[in-house]
Amino acid sequence: MFDLTGRCALVTGASGGIGGAIAHALHGAGATVGLSGTREAPLQDLATALGARAHVLPCDLSDAAAVDALPKEAAEAMGSLDILVNNAGITRDQVFMRMSDDEWQSVLDVNLTATMRLCRGVMRPMMKARWGRIVNVSSIVGATGNAGQANYAASKAGVVGMTKSIAYEVATRGITANAVAPGFIATAMTDKLTDDQKGRLNDQIPMGRMGTPEEIAAAVLYLASPEAAYVTGTTLHVNGGMVML
Amino acid sequence: MSDIADRVKKIVVEHLGVEEDKVVDNASFIDDLGADSLDTVELVMAFEEEFGIEIPDDAAETIQTFGDAVKFINDAS
Repeated sequence: MFDLTGRCALVTGASGGIGGAIAHALHGAGATVGLSGTREAPLQDLATALGARAHVLPCDLSDAAAVDALPKEAAEAMGSLDILVNNAGITRDQVFMRMSDDEWQSVLDVNLTATMRLCRGVMRPMMKARWGRIVNVSSIVGATGNAGQANYAASKAGVVGMTKSIAYEVATRGITANAVAPGFIATAMTDKLTDDQKGRLNDQIPMGRMGTPEEIAAAVLYLASPEAAYVTGTTLHVNGGMVML
Repeated sequence: MSDIADRVKKIVVEHLGVEEDKVVDNASFIDDLGADSLDTVELVMAFEEEFGIEIPDDAAETIQTFGDAVKFINDAS
């Protein structure tokens, strides 16, 4: 249904479960994809699996200079940069009263500040092209909060506020900025949970199961598509009904 | 000088969709020519491209009028 032929997309956190699925979805719709992440080997594996139209662009998102350089590197590798998917994120969970400055700052740096830097870096080419799609991956906990995740929740709520502000500024230029807020998604991270833990989690979800990375990727694909031209500043919640906003 | 002024004027006329005779030296992009703040950013981007120069953000903020733009580009190129 969605055709991204001729479009070039940069996906951060592409070595992870959700990022990989996003890259697959955009690539499957015809886009050229730039795969960014910290670990190069899984990115290479993903690029090999995708075949043509896939570029590996390693980047440490905690390194401000490297982040600032990434949009240009991506545009040079792919020929243009039409779609930015800020998917990369880290957690450093801690009870709030024990949360160190470093635990707070490192999560904010990667999840919010690096996202800001990349959004800023793609503005110029998108403004010139009069077309652009920014999709920032937030989280259900950005809306609900979560015990032990004050840093993560703050960063993900921050992403939503920033995305809306960007959407206001560039709406007349053919650029949309939206967020996708996943609920609990089955990835390598949730595989570590015991069956008991998984059961208790699933009890909180009306659909009775965790989501799949592909279900997040489908939401990103829609927001990146030409069909979503009139959708901007929104947050698309993909959480099996766990929270209905 | 006049060549630069003509090229700057052409960019302003095309970008803001204003009459050429409105683009005079003391015409403010925002107050007289109907630009919004994003238009001024785009004008600076267009000047950089046309003249092959870099206009840093702090300098860009001082370019308020057509005359400011011509003078800055004249000095820079």
